[in-house]
Amino acid sequence: MTRKSSEDRFMSETAIDRVAQATPPRVARRIRGLPDRAIAWIFIAPTIFLLLAVNIFPLVWTIRLSFTDYRVNRPNNEVEWIGLRNYERILTDSDIWKTMQATAHFLFWTIAIQVLIGFTLAWLINKKFRGSNFWTTVIVLPMMLSPAVVGNFWTFLYQPQIGLFNTVVGFFTGADPASFSMIGDVNLAPWSIVIVDTWMWTPFVMLICLAGLRSIPESIYEAAECDRASKWRQFWTITVPLVLPFLMLAVLFRGIENFKMFDLVVQLTGGGPGNTTTLTSIDLKREAFERWRTGFASAYAIILFVTVFGLASIYVKALNKVKER
Amino acid sequence: MKRTLTLTAAVGLLCAGSGAAMADDLTLCWAAWDPANALVELSRDFEEQSGHTMSFEFVPWPNFADRMLNELNSGGQLCDLMIGDSQWIGGSAESGHYVQLNDFFDEQGIDMADFIPATVTGYAEWPKGTPNYWALPAFGDVVGWTYRRDWFERPELQEEFMATYGHELAAPETLEELMHIAEFFQGRDIDGTTVYGASIYTERGSEGITMGVTNVLYNYGFDYGSPDDPYAIEGIVNSPGAVEGLEFYRALYECCTPPGSSDWYMSENIDAYRSGQVAMQMNFAFIWPGVNADENVGGDRSGYFPNPAGPAGHYAQLGGQGISVVSYSDSQDAALEYIAWFAQPEVQERWWEMGGYSALRAVVEDPGFADSQPYAQTFLDSMAIVKDFWAEPAYADLLLAMQDRVHNYVVAGNGTAQEALDGLVEDWVEIFEDEGLR
Repeated sequence: MTRKSSEDRFMSETAIDRVAQATPPRVARRIRGLPDRAIAWIFIAPTIFLLLAVNIFPLVWTIRLSFTDYRVNRPNNEVEWIGLRNYERILTDSDIWKTMQATAHFLFWTIAIQVLIGFTLAWLINKKFRGSNFWTTVIVLPMMLSPAVVGNFWTFLYQPQIGLFNTVVGFFTGADPASFSMIGDVNLAPWSIVIVDTWMWTPFVMLICLAGLRSIPESIYEAAECDRASKWRQFWTITVPLVLPFLMLAVLFRGIENFKMFDLVVQLTGGGPGNTTTLTSIDLKREAFERWRTGFASAYAIILFVTVFGLASIYVKALNKVKER
Repeated sequence: MKRTLTLTAAVGLLCAGSGAAMADDLTLCWAAWDPANALVELSRDFEEQSGHTMSFEFVPWPNFADRMLNELNSGGQLCDLMIGDSQWIGGSAESGHYVQLNDFFDEQGIDMADFIPATVTGYAEWPKGTPNYWALPAFGDVVGWTYRRDWFERPELQEEFMATYGHELAAPETLEELMHIAEFFQGRDIDGTTVYGASIYTERGSEGITMGVTNVLYNYGFDYGSPDDPYAIEGIVNSPGAVEGLEFYRALYECCTPPGSSDWYMSENIDAYRSGQVAMQMNFAFIWPGVNADENVGGDRSGYFPNPAGPAGHYAQLGGQGISVVSYSDSQDAALEYIAWFAQPEVQERWWEMGGYSALRAVVEDPGFADSQPYAQTFLDSMAIVKDFWAEPAYADLLLAMQDRVHNYVVAGNGTAQEALDGLVEDWVEIFEDEGLR
């Protein structure tokens, strides 16, 4: 043991002693008489109470509300128990299925593109070239911004007459920048939100991949070099399998985050044109806090929760299998 | 005059009495916009007279309903006074958010007949058409139009317009004329800048496109049910005229608005107009004082006209709000004092001078009113033709359904106008059935 760590231990013991001495004798006697399990419960009880109050109770209450026609803006109305009617209405509502499709489109493409670009950037940054730290900082900047600010900011970039995005696209394609509107066109709007989310969150995927790449011991590559494995083979048999758990973790985080995407899209398109970019979270918010159909919105939230929880559970199992390999 | 003196004396006594008793800190909640700033200034007189202090909670329009209805629905005590949207009146009255003001009005000698009838119906009454008052008309507002008078008056443009359309380039009286003008200016080069026909409401998220499209629909025969049964909407909401009106709005959006204006409401329209992008602007009248004072487009460079008539009528969408006392407030007496003070004719007159649109007839029917501001006559003409959206407790459901259907057709271009309005009828019928109204 080094001198410093022994000093630390001595100091911490002194601190514990001081606390013990400060405990009133009656309390100390009582605690001494308690089994370890009871003391453990005393320590975790506040946390459990908070979890119950903040997480579990609202969840149970939401499940209960989902079987009623309760509307929070009608305090004088009698609340009726309507069984599974809310669930039935949601699952047979074609508009809600359209928002599910919009969400699926957004999820699939953002994750696919972010993984591709994020991994490529991480791979390049990992090469340790001159100024790599500077570029890492620059690349990471967008994810430090508030999504609402990013959404608002990009509405200007997408402005057909003065927006930088349209000007750049016009410059490279020869098209008139004012001839297309990224957020006003039904075909382009879904891509407009994919582009912004990708711009903002690819650095996050990159950072996770970078952590994965830097965790691979150099000796494995050296051994592969001795065996005369080509760079291509090294990439597919060493880099990809060892980074895969990190990549899957990034996909999990981005999937959960984008499933509940709200602020950025609301600022950018407001869910339009029409319902083209109305994601489930936006639709749910409208049901809960604009239409004030609390019971209906509770059922909607439960369906989304079960979907995300179910998919995430399956995914985590797959992730654990990959890690075990 | 006698009534005015009585009212003034009563308010004076009320203020003096309460000042001696206890000074409250009142919070007034409203949208964050120019008139709210004027009201802050105006309210200083109340603070001086009553001894109460005023705080203000202003929320930008796109979030105003969300934020304030949340506050009311949760029984919050943030607001003592609420200048809430006209559509909230039904829900707020039935859910007990607002204090009924009939007795108070009787005590104070405040007579609703002294206010513009449309504002009383729109902002104060629930149920509509009954003498049950939940608010005092606070800010009269209506959708109208602003146009670039300096462009319209250019001889070369007038000549070309006359040759093309066969009528003068002037403030349009019909929607057809408006379309001609919008077409004429779309993509035109004015002083080296490409300009566009008109900026119209297309906003998706809150109420924007509904507040815009109704200005056309009303004038093509759309209505909220029949006079006998307001909830019998089949064949009226989706009448052939209404379908034609919706097609007109889409045609106007497609042909004659600036590129990228797919989600525009009040502030975007103001920006487009003030930056010289558009020849005409649809917007609520509250913006007119700001336009008139603007360095780039103010004064003689702009003119104002009421929403033009259509083949089936001449109406405009009502805006504006009434001021109510929140029933969860602990300072209801002081809040009522404020309303009594605000109802005084001299305060209403100052309100108009400071940029607030008074709904008091004594102010707007004053012989000097029409000439008091360049837009005053247009305001009067517009207030005479107003029609308002549903104010039922289920107004939010009704509004969201309309936002959805109309935006989907006009901006996204999905389906036909007939399908959009048939779908709207289906949605509204379902809502009425859920509400037990039919």
